[in-house]
Amino acid sequence: MFKSSEIIVGLEIGTSKVCAIVGEMNTTGSLNIIGIGQCPSHGVRKGEIIDPTLASADIRNAIVEAEQRADVEIRSVYLGITGNHIQGFNNRGVHTMVPTNREITEEDVQDVIKNAKAMNLPEENHVIHAIRQHFTVDDQEGVVNPEGMLGTKMEVDMHVVHGKRNRLQNPIRAVKALQLDVENVVFTGLASALALLSNEQKELGALVIDFGGGSTEYVVYADGVVKHTGVLAVGSDHLSNDLAIGLKIPLHRAEQLKLDQGRAVLDDGCKGQTITLKSELALPEKSINLEHLRRIMHLRLEETLQIIEQRLAEASLLEYLRAGIVLCGGGARIPQLPDLVRSVFHLPASLGKTTGISGLTAALDQPEFAAAIGLAKFGSLQNKQRPGSNIFKRVLSDIFRGD
Amino acid sequence: MTTAHAPAPESPAESVVSPPQLAFRVFGLGDAGGRVIDYLAAANLSHITYIAVNTDAQALAATSVAHRVQLGAKHARGLGTGGDPELGCSAAERDAETLRQHCVGADIVFIVAGLGGGTGSGASPVLARVAHDAGALVLALAILPFDCEGSLRQCQAHHALQQLKAMADGVICVPNQRMVKLVDDNTSLTDTYRLTNELIAQGIRGLWRLVSRPGLMNADFPTLCRVLRGQHAESSLAAVETKGPNRVREAVEKLLASPLLDSGQTLAEATRVLVGVLGGPELSLAEINRISEQLNRHCENAQLTLGANTEPDYRDRLEITVVVTHGNPADLPSSPALEARLQPDQPSVTIDLAAERHLFNEPQPIRPASRLVPPPPVLPPEEMEHIYRRQLTGNPRSRRSSHRMQQGQLPLEIVPKGRFDKSEPTIHRGEDLDVPTYIRRGVPLN
Repeated sequence: MFKSSEIIVGLEIGTSKVCAIVGEMNTTGSLNIIGIGQCPSHGVRKGEIIDPTLASADIRNAIVEAEQRADVEIRSVYLGITGNHIQGFNNRGVHTMVPTNREITEEDVQDVIKNAKAMNLPEENHVIHAIRQHFTVDDQEGVVNPEGMLGTKMEVDMHVVHGKRNRLQNPIRAVKALQLDVENVVFTGLASALALLSNEQKELGALVIDFGGGSTEYVVYADGVVKHTGVLAVGSDHLSNDLAIGLKIPLHRAEQLKLDQGRAVLDDGCKGQTITLKSELALPEKSINLEHLRRIMHLRLEETLQIIEQRLAEASLLEYLRAGIVLCGGGARIPQLPDLVRSVFHLPASLGKTTGISGLTAALDQPEFAAAIGLAKFGSLQNKQRPGSNIFKRVLSDIFRGD
Repeated sequence: MTTAHAPAPESPAESVVSPPQLAFRVFGLGDAGGRVIDYLAAANLSHITYIAVNTDAQALAATSVAHRVQLGAKHARGLGTGGDPELGCSAAERDAETLRQHCVGADIVFIVAGLGGGTGSGASPVLARVAHDAGALVLALAILPFDCEGSLRQCQAHHALQQLKAMADGVICVPNQRMVKLVDDNTSLTDTYRLTNELIAQGIRGLWRLVSRPGLMNADFPTLCRVLRGQHAESSLAAVETKGPNRVREAVEKLLASPLLDSGQTLAEATRVLVGVLGGPELSLAEINRISEQLNRHCENAQLTLGANTEPDYRDRLEITVVVTHGNPADLPSSPALEARLQPDQPSVTIDLAAERHLFNEPQPIRPASRLVPPPPVLPPEEMEHIYRRQLTGNPRSRRSSHRMQQGQLPLEIVPKGRFDKSEPTIHRGEDLDVPTYIRRGVPLN
């Protein structure tokens, strides 16, 4: 028997896999994961769909499997998107109260948010998220909710995530082609952060890095709000590619080697060691130098992390990360990756664990599903505050802020 | 020209046993060849006869050598071939008898020709054949055109070179393009050609000195033959002269830097090397040892033969001449086995199949360890004949197209991107992140 009520599905169309997480709302109001469906992804590269036909087939497979596992019928999903074109920046809006020095009302808040939204974006870009960060009333910063306060000038900082409209539409259309509704679209980096960070971590300041197959997303939380988001279109595919080119082996062998033998850190223990690949059909036996393998991987991972570190340093955010760095995504499985992250950022780093969600521990413990779980959590939070569509945008900010 | 012996020797080897004075005839074919022998003639070496051969009467009149032969006087009427090798070839054929007369009594015939034009490319194979029939050893020095002279010349030069290789006993190639390294932007064309001619003349003189006198460590005429021989082998020639306390090291350095040896690349690919050392009476064994050691290091795969000689007037000077051969090192018997007929209207070489098969069935010599060339497959004779026939008598159109040299175009940057070859690159601060990190950072994997 299929029940179609009250389920929330998060769908992530990734480069290495498409996965759908089915959750349902608990009596206590928290999310309970009841099913997962996944399928290896073929039509996606660097996080974006390059072959809609293949991608649709993979999405269908994932959804069908999730339906069977959870014994439900899926009608709508919360879709995760990523891509090189997505950028995040902080914008400030100002609103002066008239008459001066009076109590701030809800309309004032709306006005200042509207001002903050008036920004110069290129025509082809569309705002995915506009997340409220903090208000500043007169000179008092860090105001969470200015309603009821007295003041003359109100400013608001908003974090805006935007991307190219056409490229955003592609995954939405692929999903709609399967007769599924898209409830909302969420940047997968934010979704991962939602799933993994506790309120305390958000207050202290944390960086979430999602090592995906085609891209690496990173999100900085500080003082309870989103401070920075970004995407780097370099993922584990690049690792496999580097290995295939550097060791002169076919791609599928490189991927297998990466999974078996990959390490993030180069140590002296592997000098001079070789691995022999068994001969396959039309491929002879080949002996691989282990040190080369490790070195190639180490260089690529180190470079990716250094680029993220550079970008954060430019935005002066590294001082805010008191709770350290949280890793997720398939790439987080690389052994000794936390050590490498620690050496690049000089901050504590660890694998992320989902918080505040119950259900299938098989799913919850896996770093690959963090983004999809986050999408489901986003859906649950949005559902919780569903009544009244005019506070829809407000709900969005509240969702990303600490609860 | 004086020869101490009367009958022309049957084979080159015999001349060494009889009185040592060898008759050297140097033919300068065409415009380029004529200019080079002008240069050579100025050095006034004994026992060498210089003969200039051309279709262009004006050019012939301008040379300073004593003997001149005008080809195709009746048909070309004293004008040049206009860069057409076929005309050069037919002119040479018509005057083949005159050419033969000049070759009679010679031991070594040295043909200097600039390939790519008409007389040089067309007449040199004919002359080689004629000289050979007259019983001399034929060495050819082929000057290959600059790249800027155009693809037609390159093509004709390449074609003529193949024919020469088939006809002559040894071919030394001097690609003019290598000279580009010697000149800078301000050198005039005359100076460039002068430099080139000087280098070539130096090489030829060194060679002549090597073989014409018996040396203390002998590297004489038959040695030279052996080094140069080999079907489809290609040789390079370079000579350097130094003096002073560090002359051995300087000489080797100069050799390795010489454009004629492609900055040492030719040495690395060589199969046989002949080194002639000429010094004054103070030349020591230690120096010769050092030369041999240092050169050996650069041509480890090759057989190195060393010859040394001293001359009283070479006091304090050291001259090293190097002949480097790379190509098929097989010791083939001399040309009677190879019967090549040149048809003026059919610009191709038809090799007699029976003769070829005879060559194939000869016991193959032991090849030196070669990293690059795999041993030939062992096939039954019918298959070999079939393959050969297919190669030679193919569609004339396909053969012509294979002669046209294709100049491929390489993309501006050849970096491997593997899976991301055709996708939008991820650019970060000007770097394409799809290219593997270890390549961009220049980390060597060895």
